[in-house]
Amino acid sequence: MDTNQYLEMFIEESKEHLQACNEHLLELEKNPANIAIVNEVFRSAHTLKGMSATMGYEDIANLTHKMENVLDEIRNNRLHVTPELLDVVFIAVDQLEEMVLDIAAGGTGKLDVAETVQKLHLIETGEEAPVAATTLEKNVSVEITADSNWLTYDDYELTVIQQSSEQDYQTYEISVKLREDCLLKAARVYMVFELLEKMGEVIKSSPSVEKLEDEDFDEIFYIALVTTEPKEDVQKKLMKVSEVTEVLVNSVTIEQLKNRQQEAIDKIQAEPNVSEVVEDKNTSTEIKPVEGEKSSSPKNQNQGSKTIRVNIERLDILMNLFEELVIDRGRLQSISEDLHNSELDETVERMSRITGDLQNIILNMRMVQVETVFNRFPRMVRQLARDLNKKIKLEVIGAETELDRTVIDEIGDPLVHLIRNSLDHGVESPEIRKANGKPEEGTVILRAFHSGNHVFIEIEDDGAGINRAKVLKKAIAKGIVSAEVAPSMSDKQVAELILSSGFSTADVISDVSGRGVGLDVVKTTIESLGGSIDISSTEGKGSLFSIQLPLTLSIISVMLVELGEEIYAVPLSSIIETAIIRSSDILNAHNQKVIDFRGKVVPLVFLEDVFDVPRESTKEEFHSVVLVRKGDKLAGLVVDSFIGQQEIVLKSLGTYLSSVFAISGATILGNGKVALIVDCNALII
Amino acid sequence: MTQAIDVQNLKVVVFQLADKEYVIPVSQVQGIEKLIHITRVPKTPSFVKGVINLRGVVTPIIDLKNRFGLGESELDDSTRIIIISLEDMNVGVIVDSANDVLDIPSNSIEPQPEVVGSLEQDFIAGVAKLDRRLLILLHLNHVLNPIKSGV
Repeated sequence: MDTNQYLEMFIEESKEHLQACNEHLLELEKNPANIAIVNEVFRSAHTLKGMSATMGYEDIANLTHKMENVLDEIRNNRLHVTPELLDVVFIAVDQLEEMVLDIAAGGTGKLDVAETVQKLHLIETGEEAPVAATTLEKNVSVEITADSNWLTYDDYELTVIQQSSEQDYQTYEISVKLREDCLLKAARVYMVFELLEKMGEVIKSSPSVEKLEDEDFDEIFYIALVTTEPKEDVQKKLMKVSEVTEVLVNSVTIEQLKNRQQEAIDKIQAEPNVSEVVEDKNTSTEIKPVEGEKSSSPKNQNQGSKTIRVNIERLDILMNLFEELVIDRGRLQSISEDLHNSELDETVERMSRITGDLQNIILNMRMVQVETVFNRFPRMVRQLARDLNKKIKLEVIGAETELDRTVIDEIGDPLVHLIRNSLDHGVESPEIRKANGKPEEGTVILRAFHSGNHVFIEIEDDGAGINRAKVLKKAIAKGIVSAEVAPSMSDKQVAELILSSGFSTADVISDVSGRGVGLDVVKTTIESLGGSIDISSTEGKGSLFSIQLPLTLSIISVMLVELGEEIYAVPLSSIIETAIIRSSDILNAHNQKVIDFRGKVVPLVFLEDVFDVPRESTKEEFHSVVLVRKGDKLAGLVVDSFIGQQEIVLKSLGTYLSSVFAISGATILGNGKVALIVDCNALII
Repeated sequence: MTQAIDVQNLKVVVFQLADKEYVIPVSQVQGIEKLIHITRVPKTPSFVKGVINLRGVVTPIIDLKNRFGLGESELDDSTRIIIISLEDMNVGVIVDSANDVLDIPSNSIEPQPEVVGSLEQDFIAGVAKLDRRLLILLHLNHVLNPIKSGV
């Protein structure tokens, strides 16, 4: 099909336009009198309509057209912006999104939008909308009217028609309507065409022949025919084809067609003027209403940054190739160390520097701004706040912070859950807030920032905080903690209890939350991304959920350690310190070997036992210990010796050995051998 | 890599293990490698010898002799690792030697005769007689059951 190559572009751009619509509509709600915003939405809707009509997605075009009408009324001051009106527009945008997603998934993008269309229509005509607007609609519908412009011709086709009229051929425009329930439309089309080819020559058809073969049309299609036969004969013959219900034949002269062509061109030329004017107005009025946080103008145009769309698969392939390069770089380094050839050393060093730079660039290419995840939240918060009858303001800070794209894909759902949590359990209703001397409007802050090798995403609310007593009560009732331990638990520990499976203090299970399933899934998802979640809360004041995520996934820094003849890798992000201790420092507590480390009692884990390392047991006086942490807990991993720190490529163990205790993956060392990566979290109880 | 749809014959790789000859369909063989360093993976069944670096891919290796309960493989110059590809898994098996590729007529493959009590039985899908050789066809799905933690 012609349009396939444009399909991807269509989907991408449609999504962008719909996102822009969403953002602008939200802003419009806050500033109902700002016509500039209405123009922005109108522009997006208009472009969307054009694109979808070109691609043949009639339902989308139709709905967008209706939206346009309403927006037009607003910007001409014939309609006022009310929350109810915006609700309907939001529903329309949602349905448009549904249709685009359907197309992206390979569907036809058809949806029964009659109800929304009707609602928009009512809004449009509810005030003094001119009747002309509605009759215009009728032409778009599927009736055959004799004088609508069915076909447009390019110059070549016009020339053909011209030449044939000089040779006394007639040109007809024929509209054929098939029966509604006609099953084999393509077959009927074929029969019609066959008949026409016998009578003359088919110049043009609308929709195109390919679309007709794919049955991508409703019931009517149009054909331009050059023939010497009289009109009535053509009509009669076509009516004989079964399942053809109506045939209209119009003879057209070349003058008519040329006039039509000119009209069409004029129309198209007129439109850009309109949109240009609109743009000028926008750029001037936008400078004023734009305040601190986010500018309403589309970022692409203003910043003039040149971007290019790259297929994600290509980035992945590039990444894979680069990983292999890193491995071989390591090998070259270890070979050059053995050979002691100065020229080789120099070259390898230069190569290492260059690959280091390349590494930074490639890893950064995979980075995507968290904004892509954050941008659906304002809408969600608005909806939820209305559903829960609470007043909530969402502040988004640091949306330009970048994350690896695989993390972005996964982090969306946990964040949705945490935000819903804040809204449902955290922020109190306006009455309670007022009674407690808080402002009626609750604030939820969504913050993202870099720190060290990690990205932090925080969700902070000024709500009721986590009720220690309630949480403990529930936890004890569910057997998660015992009543004796409870009083000695820190506030933070109590807060983190809510992340346990099955936990919920909500008395009523609402549609939004309360089932006790969400938070532990959030925790597992975050941990599976190599991150962690931290909660701090003050009763009556608010809560802060802090998520820490690694910047990149597949290349990590590790400490290589030796155990017998084997080499293992311990991720640097878990390591606090390395130390050498004496055998005599090892104490025994509850049958667990521990050491006193800077005043803390740290349990020792003898990796040679955990991993059944084959070796002759020797009585060592000194032990090398790697101190690792998981959240607040510490452990000391006892190894034979430390080899050194290195950046390695994380390799999966594959599906055959999918879960091995305390091993999270493997890597290939410079000498070509495989080393296993220790999963410290599994070793810290 | 074109699979000639040869209904008559089954193209197989033949390998020796403990004085018997076994065959695997060529379509499931990724490659035959010489022995290279195997990194031991702790807390896995005894027949899982570890993993190797196969051109940048970490591939698990099992000792087929051990898997069949026939003791440990002796590793010498003729020992080979056959990389088997099953669904989305790649696993290498250690065999005594592997050097033949044959076409077995499909009609010469018979189901395994019922021999009670041998561990091998689950793994055998059939036998074929070719000249004087007895070739045992393996049931790879049973031989290569993915390992779950804690086994």
